[in-house]
Amino acid sequence: MIKIKGLHKSFGELKVLKGIDCEISEKEVVCVIGPSGSGKSTFLRCINLLEDITDGEVYINDVKVNDPTTDINEIRKEVGMVFQQFNLFPHMNVLENITIAPVKIRNMHQVEAEDLAYQLLEKVGLRDKAHAYPEQLSGGQMQRVAIARALAMKPKVMLFDEPTSALDPEMVKEVLDVMKQLALEGMTMVVVTHEMGFAREMGDRVLFMDEGVLVEEGTPSEVFGQPKSPRTQDFLSKVL
Amino acid sequence: MVVIDFLDNIRFDMIWNYKELFIRGIWVTLSLTAVGYIGGVIFGLFLGIGKLSKKRWVYYPSKFYVDFFRGTPLLVQILLIHTALIPSIFGQSLGFFVSGATALMLNCAAYNAEIIRAGIQSIEKGQMEAARSLGMPRKEAMRYIVLPQAIRRMVPPLGNELIALLKDSSLVTVIAATDILYAGKVVAGAYQRFWEPYITAAILYLILTWIFTKLITYVEKRYSNSYIPSQRRRIFSFGRAS
Ligand SMILES: Nc1ncnc2c1ncn2[C@@H]1O[C@H](COP(=O)(O)OP(=O)(O)OP(=O)(O)O)[C@@H](O)[C@H]1O
Ligand SMILES: [Mg+2]
Repeated sequence: MIKIKGLHKSFGELKVLKGIDCEISEKEVVCVIGPSGSGKSTFLRCINLLEDITDGEVYINDVKVNDPTTDINEIRKEVGMVFQQFNLFPHMNVLENITIAPVKIRNMHQVEAEDLAYQLLEKVGLRDKAHAYPEQLSGGQMQRVAIARALAMKPKVMLFDEPTSALDPEMVKEVLDVMKQLALEGMTMVVVTHEMGFAREMGDRVLFMDEGVLVEEGTPSEVFGQPKSPRTQDFLSKVL
Repeated sequence: MVVIDFLDNIRFDMIWNYKELFIRGIWVTLSLTAVGYIGGVIFGLFLGIGKLSKKRWVYYPSKFYVDFFRGTPLLVQILLIHTALIPSIFGQSLGFFVSGATALMLNCAAYNAEIIRAGIQSIEKGQMEAARSLGMPRKEAMRYIVLPQAIRRMVPPLGNELIALLKDSSLVTVIAATDILYAGKVVAGAYQRFWEPYITAAILYLILTWIFTKLITYVEKRYSNSYIPSQRRRIFSFGRAS
């Protein structure tokens, strides 16, 4: 469902991604791990073209994302993204945060969108917060709303960029639980994370990225159990 | 000495004789300010967004416009528009109001453009990214997500512009617009006395700026830090939802 060929990304002189090849199939949960600054976020942001691609190709369902004739907004409707900093819209309450995109972009009826929003809030356990504003929520609650907001567009893939890194430790679990549930329901997910427990338990595949290349990939037991590359071994010894 | 002399001979009766002229002046000043300001905010919004554009053919004209109108005196702009621009487009003068309001609007837009650009740029990048990641085109993301937040931050500086414009509008007297200052000038000319008419004009401007300041403070309070609607409205909407 996602196909990436020879992906290169530079910020001016700085080469961040140096040729990434990767395929992600439907319903797969892929976790991306690696040291800070290795290019994990950039990799994720190239998939929905939040960063423009310097060289290489990204396909989603056989549509080339970085083709000038592709309407990127159509692609993004199918690709949900969850950010480290939540990025909820502070001037809207929870319900409005969730309904704005379906109503304005999918031309969904307001009533229908609110029904959907309540269903999604039920799912992330925040039905009672529908009328709260982001500033009235805890970090974990905000991130769960952000997940609901992305799901409201009924995406086929979800991209998570360190969704729990900005959270207090006691709130990490509530967000991971929502993500686990989503994975069990068969959502295709690409998750950049430092939560090795989550990667081990939920990942169908783990990618280890270092200095802009995919150094190693495999099932969680392969990567965590018998890492082949010394760089992976070194990284894992520091974080586990 | 001068002041005592003035107080001895104070003659506000002559102001009273010309009260209609002053009342008309207030009206003209307010209308010029209102038209210039509202036009200036709307046009300024487009210019401000233009200055954020990555497209050169949008960015450079916006930048040039803003630089020109901020870099030249308003008085010169008023004369250019009244005596050169409008007659050469329409073949004749359209009167002081059209020229004056146009000049104030074009000038105000340039200053507002900078405020609006800065306001938009002050919104965290993540807001635009979140909106775009949901599939919103840039325009919609701007309209529904970024601008509503940016406008709150623009309220105080835009308020200052309103006050500045009200005072600057007195420059249209040079094209014989019948505003407050013009009334003062007429009285001064008629009686060859200068204290009373200009003090009256000054006081009238002072009262107007005072009223405007109050108004702006009220708007600023309404759009203060928190996005949560006032307690009363919240109870109402909770009531409706349940
Ligand atoms: N917009 C940008 N302009 C310039 N350099 C950037 C930009 N975004 C990222 N970089 C650089 O690219 C490199 C990779 O950044 P990236 O955010 O992808 O790393 P990461 O693996 O996500 O790290 P972390 O775990 O800290 O989030 C870093 O050196 C970073 O400074
Ligand atoms: Mg990152």
